[in-house]
Amino acid sequence: MTFLSIDWFFILEKILLISAVLVLSLVVAMYSTWGERKVAAWIQDRLGPNRAGPIGLLQPLADGGKLFFKEEIIPTNANRFLFILGPSIAMLVACMTSAVIPWGDTLTIAGHTVSLQVADVNIGILFIFGVLSVGVYGIMIGGWASNNKYSLLASVRAASQIISYELPMGLALIALLMLTGTLSLKEIVEQQRHGLWNVVYQPLGFFIFLVCAFAECNRAPFDLPEAENELNGGYHLEYSSMKLGFYLFAEYINMFVSSALMATMYFGGYAFPGMDSLGVSPNTLTILGFVALFVKILLFIFFFMWVRWTVPRFRYDQLMRLGWRVMIPLALANMLITGAIVLARQH
Amino acid sequence: MQPLTNRAKAVDRSPMTFLEKMYVPAIAKGMGITFKHIFKRKATVSFPEQRRQFSPVFRGLHILNRDEEGRERCTACGLCAVACPAEAITMEAAERKPGEENLYREEKYAARYEINMLRCIFCGFCEEACPKDAIYLSETFAPSNYQRKGFIYGKPDLLIPNPKQQDK
Repeated sequence: MTFLSIDWFFILEKILLISAVLVLSLVVAMYSTWGERKVAAWIQDRLGPNRAGPIGLLQPLADGGKLFFKEEIIPTNANRFLFILGPSIAMLVACMTSAVIPWGDTLTIAGHTVSLQVADVNIGILFIFGVLSVGVYGIMIGGWASNNKYSLLASVRAASQIISYELPMGLALIALLMLTGTLSLKEIVEQQRHGLWNVVYQPLGFFIFLVCAFAECNRAPFDLPEAENELNGGYHLEYSSMKLGFYLFAEYINMFVSSALMATMYFGGYAFPGMDSLGVSPNTLTILGFVALFVKILLFIFFFMWVRWTVPRFRYDQLMRLGWRVMIPLALANMLITGAIVLARQH
Repeated sequence: MQPLTNRAKAVDRSPMTFLEKMYVPAIAKGMGITFKHIFKRKATVSFPEQRRQFSPVFRGLHILNRDEEGRERCTACGLCAVACPAEAITMEAAERKPGEENLYREEKYAARYEINMLRCIFCGFCEEACPKDAIYLSETFAPSNYQRKGFIYGKPDLLIPNPKQQDK
């Protein structure tokens, strides 16, 4: 179906895929709030939300409705434009990263081959890194525009924390890239489909990436930018109504996306063992692969929550020392060892 | 000083070993503990559906008692109001008229008897002070209302049903 030399089916396919991915990440983020409260409750020997709907499943809707109907307050001395820009950037950036993640192999619908990936760009990982580092602007601008010292302190913390942990994260990824030789996430998954998962080759790299992902998502034990009990909620202290909702939502979407990233890069993405000897039709296999990826993502999200309710928050100097004096040297060592092994195997 | 219990333990101040400095084993251990808690019995009592067991001496909302013939026992002596540390009890006395002998046990009765449940601390002193066994603290609890005046319980709320009328 081509008209005006544009493949309209391709555009329709991409629009549908983008909406599906967007809805998926929003729904997962919504139910992460429910999941977090449930996990917190179970770990603390409680039951968790169970009043709104069966086992509390309508709780996120109630929370969302409450946030929508709350009064919107913009402080008198706040910069109005930046104050609104902050949560918008946070939300936008959080939704953008999911574009390059391969959610599955290809589906064949009515003779068309549909790839379950919004954009298979050959610089997938670089794209994610670029977008993620814009994410800190959402926090920075929000904290600055609030004209409140707690918010400002929190955003300063957030900025230095994210810069400090992006370095070891990138270094851990370089080791992975040396191993796979590609920046495209789709190819990384395909390589793991026909070989072993990357976590087998890169256990230390994965561990560094995991710790840094916690810091990048502002999750406990690295939740200093939004430390409830020392900064009154941190950079979103002055926010109310859905602008606050956007910040909280962006955090959960970030958690979802980094779980998807870790699953894709280190745990085989949509590939699962014995996938090619199953003998089912390619379409079924694709759907099974998507389910496998989703299970991995949910396990990672559970891990995020599990850590949050176990490990207490770091002190700021401990955070910085861990970042600069432990994580970066470890990542560098990991990179050197990987490089040496890759070089040795080539000769 | 002599240790008071056998639980006293000297604080280990030896420098941390490399493994301890890594923190990862300790974190893994802690996560094992929190994971075990997921499957433990939950401490929550889902209140309206489930109720806790109370001891026999539990002190809940008050009732005003009647005697075997269904007559009100209270004579409005005011001892409960005097005993009340929260000053939650108010009453007005009235004299029994001829022909009301089946309603009130003594010659004097409480025309108005009110307990403010927001003031009440459920200490049970009224129950102890009562010479006529007229007031008791029951096992019902957690009164709820939309307005403050709904918490002032009058005689219709407090009096137990007449056993004679129930028989019919």
